[in-house]
Amino acid sequence: MTENYRIFGVNGPVVTVLGRTALSMNEMVFVGEKRLLAEVIRVDPDRAVIQVYEETGGLRPGEPVEPTGAPMSITLGPGLLGGIFDGVANPLKAIADENGAFIPAGVHVESLGGEAWDVTMKIAAGDEVLPGQVFAECAETGAITHKSMIPPDVRGRVVSAKPDGSYTVADALAVVEDAKGGRHEIRLAQRWPIKNPRPVARRLSLTKPLITGQRVVDTFFPIAKGGAAAIPGGFGTGKTMMQHQLAKWCDADIIIYIGCGERGNEMTDALSEFRKLIDPKSGKPLMDRTVLIANTSNMPVAAREASIYTGITMAEYYRDMGYNVAMMADSTSRWAEAMREISGRLEEMPADEGFPAYLPSRLSEFYERAGYTENLNGTEGSVSVIGAVSPQGADFSEPVTQNTKRFTRCFWALDKSLAYARHYPAINWNDSYSEYTGELSRWYAEEVGEDFIACRNELMTILAEENSLMEIVKLIGSDVLPDDQKLTIETARVIRVGFLQQNAFHKDDTFVEPVKQLKMMRVILYLHHKCRDIIARQIPISEIIKKGLFDKLVQIKYDVPNDRLELFDGYYQLIDTALSGLN
Amino acid sequence: MIIEHLGLTRINGSLVVLDGIRGAAYNEMAELRLDNGTSRTGRVVQIDGERVVIQVFEGTKGISLVNTRTRMSGRPMTLGLSPEIVGRVFDGLGRPSDGLGEVFPLVRRDINGLPINPVSRIYPRNYINTGISSIDCLTTLIRGQKLPIFSGSGMKHNELAVQIVRQASISDGDNFAVVFAAMGVKNDVADYFRRSFERSNVMNKVVMFLNRANDPIIERIMTPKVALTAAEYLAFDLDYNVLVILTDMTSYAEALREFSSSKGEIPGRKGFPGYLYSDFASIYERAGIIEGKKGSVTQIPILTMPNDDITNPVPDLTGYITEGQIVLDRTLDTTGVYPPVSILPSLSRLMKDGIGAGYTREDHSMLANQLFSAYARVQEARSLAGVIGEDELSDADKLLLKFGAEFEARFITQGPNENRSIEQTLDLGWRLLSMLPREQLDRVDDKTIEKYYKKF
Repeated sequence: MTENYRIFGVNGPVVTVLGRTALSMNEMVFVGEKRLLAEVIRVDPDRAVIQVYEETGGLRPGEPVEPTGAPMSITLGPGLLGGIFDGVANPLKAIADENGAFIPAGVHVESLGGEAWDVTMKIAAGDEVLPGQVFAECAETGAITHKSMIPPDVRGRVVSAKPDGSYTVADALAVVEDAKGGRHEIRLAQRWPIKNPRPVARRLSLTKPLITGQRVVDTFFPIAKGGAAAIPGGFGTGKTMMQHQLAKWCDADIIIYIGCGERGNEMTDALSEFRKLIDPKSGKPLMDRTVLIANTSNMPVAAREASIYTGITMAEYYRDMGYNVAMMADSTSRWAEAMREISGRLEEMPADEGFPAYLPSRLSEFYERAGYTENLNGTEGSVSVIGAVSPQGADFSEPVTQNTKRFTRCFWALDKSLAYARHYPAINWNDSYSEYTGELSRWYAEEVGEDFIACRNELMTILAEENSLMEIVKLIGSDVLPDDQKLTIETARVIRVGFLQQNAFHKDDTFVEPVKQLKMMRVILYLHHKCRDIIARQIPISEIIKKGLFDKLVQIKYDVPNDRLELFDGYYQLIDTALSGLN
Repeated sequence: MIIEHLGLTRINGSLVVLDGIRGAAYNEMAELRLDNGTSRTGRVVQIDGERVVIQVFEGTKGISLVNTRTRMSGRPMTLGLSPEIVGRVFDGLGRPSDGLGEVFPLVRRDINGLPINPVSRIYPRNYINTGISSIDCLTTLIRGQKLPIFSGSGMKHNELAVQIVRQASISDGDNFAVVFAAMGVKNDVADYFRRSFERSNVMNKVVMFLNRANDPIIERIMTPKVALTAAEYLAFDLDYNVLVILTDMTSYAEALREFSSSKGEIPGRKGFPGYLYSDFASIYERAGIIEGKKGSVTQIPILTMPNDDITNPVPDLTGYITEGQIVLDRTLDTTGVYPPVSILPSLSRLMKDGIGAGYTREDHSMLANQLFSAYARVQEARSLAGVIGEDELSDADKLLLKFGAEFEARFITQGPNENRSIEQTLDLGWRLLSMLPREQLDRVDDKTIEKYYKKF
């Protein structure tokens, strides 16, 4: 029995304990009569500082602080998928069942319920087991098989193992004896400290894209499986919409979606929509492959930081089973602001804009937990991280955006003026970049088409030319441009409106396979080249525009259903016929 | 036994420090009695052992280190509530100020509220017909939404808020209530609201919480919390559809800044405290609809952007929390357009699921998109005209300018008493779009064009 300490001071979410204590850094503790969940964040010779993950109103000096001896940990096991949790992995559904519509302080519910799983055992008494080895399987949801693994710190010989059957996460399914004779009970669920990355055998290079079905992403600024991307944008530019689209359609096996300091209604929306929508690959509801973590903006600030780590720990757990996991964090700025708030209460010396000096190191630690890995059990898995950033005043030079940029290799800059014109997704093609393009070009050439990267580059060139031409147009109007430059502007319009703009509410346009993306690019470029030849023969562009071909191409995204790609052939004929009269 | 603590250790702005207090609870209320017989209320904002920092709502003027006796209440601040509050006027801390006597409370609620569990929320879908074209068509207000008005000093945000209340109440009927919270507004503005509510016969449905410009500044920090506690009671206990008007959030943020700096906290942008976002969120997130309850809380916060700057922390952080924003524009206002809604930066995030067939009309979403996109092009044409002169523009651009002018004069502009139905608004939108050539309408599919283009 460890000794309890007493509260000395309270200041917002920060509580101090006086004296020389045995508390360790990042140890989880319970504070006060209500047993509020908290974490030790500073240990000085004469005091320990604790941040509380719950509302501190009503705490008094003298109330107990109860150490647990372990760092902040969560339970990982079957039952996570399809669930919605708060920042410290309390299941919100169970809390609602017990406490009604409002969340009181001091409520703790086990993350995994008591339901029984139909377990198939993969080990028997006498087997030698290694860390990370899969010892049992059960169908967690209709779409996903849960593979329970030997904890990373256990290896040895199986002394006893239960037969196949129906078990809960609390049942001991096997006993493993290690080399020193220590015995370990193995259960379906295991605890893991959220701030420690789960170990892997080795990191592999990133060679496969995370296909999102969003043209501007897949074609222009792709993200690799195991990569990290940032979506910065002012309010109203569509960060959350973009995150929802990615969570719905990207080709990962598991989605971890974190609403960190964002709106409650958005989480409700995600929850109800993901239950309704059917995953085209598995034929099951999207929620079957999704874990939602909701720390809405009015929930306690300190739990915002925890929500990010809780999410990435769950992501790593499913990666260890050999799944490709994509994690969306909306928004990492709220996490950074929570750090700033706590740091301010500790009276630490602020760096840029009041953010603590350790902001960059925390961000880099977090983003480095993404990766494509060979796991301890020999399977391959990946964690891709997509973090939204909400820069104050939409100013990308602020510290969170700048530091995130350093640790992610993919940058999707959302643009206010595009959003004002309702051009969605409002990813600005001049400011965004992806460093993964080179590594992924081989995959695109082999899996989609040899000319994919060439087409993409040509589209980018046309847009870049348009960008510089627009400078002139803004000054003197487009009438004075020569015809070949007018053609560039006309084609760029088709690319912008017909290709980059994508309608999330249209049944075909909301998700588009890379093959269709390539076919769209080819048609656009075919028309562009044809017109260029015609203009070279001194035929005025106004004659070409009259044919209405450009407007026809803008509508391709709606006119060609995703399962009727053969319709593209018709467009080549249409272009040839329409333009043949101009010779 | 009630213990009174004699004297204070230190006074700093609105904060007083007391030593030797045992067992004070964080956030609990305290009463400070002065020797002259008056008393003030305060709240514990920091505890270090037996040293306690108390924030005094009415300010510390006249308080000395020796003339005060402090009594701890042991409770957080609560608000007494009963159905009688409807039609009453209170001060910024929820004490009756209309001379009609105390409210007999049936329940007392902690004004800090509790976060709504996202699992228990119902995603808002039903639109509120405000009868104002620019809002109904382009930034549709949804029941349970928080949709702020970003304005500037001297613009007609108050008129707009009154018109929304009046016309929304008509479509809502009996179950409608308004909670009006004023933070640091001028006396005549508070009066304007009261007179307008009376004139439009909704005063018997309004609860007012008034912290006027000359009332204590720190009291202002509690006003929205008090008002929202009343709103939640009306909505979730008494089944009202509540519309909450909070004005002016900028004054609120400035009061918070004053409090924070006197506490010696490290300031963030423009001197506002680093937790301004979390603090705003604890207000704005108290809107919505809860499963199993008939009522709803819809918020229309009003804020004046200092120097009309939308990147100021107050509008900026608000925009990150609220579900959209209605931005008013100085140029439109000076040219006499009412309501001066600048439609391009305005947005309603919940609109996507609350409009269309079954809610408004099937063409609503495409029409709104097309209007946005056409008006964005109008702005481009205008800036070009500013450089090369209107005469030099191409015919297409000249047509756009004409469309823009008509759009502002006929669609955005409407009378302060004009209540347009959603059909009128949408038809008007199509009538204006029909000025443009058909091939420029690239946000609308052929079927919809067939049905509505040039049909009005």
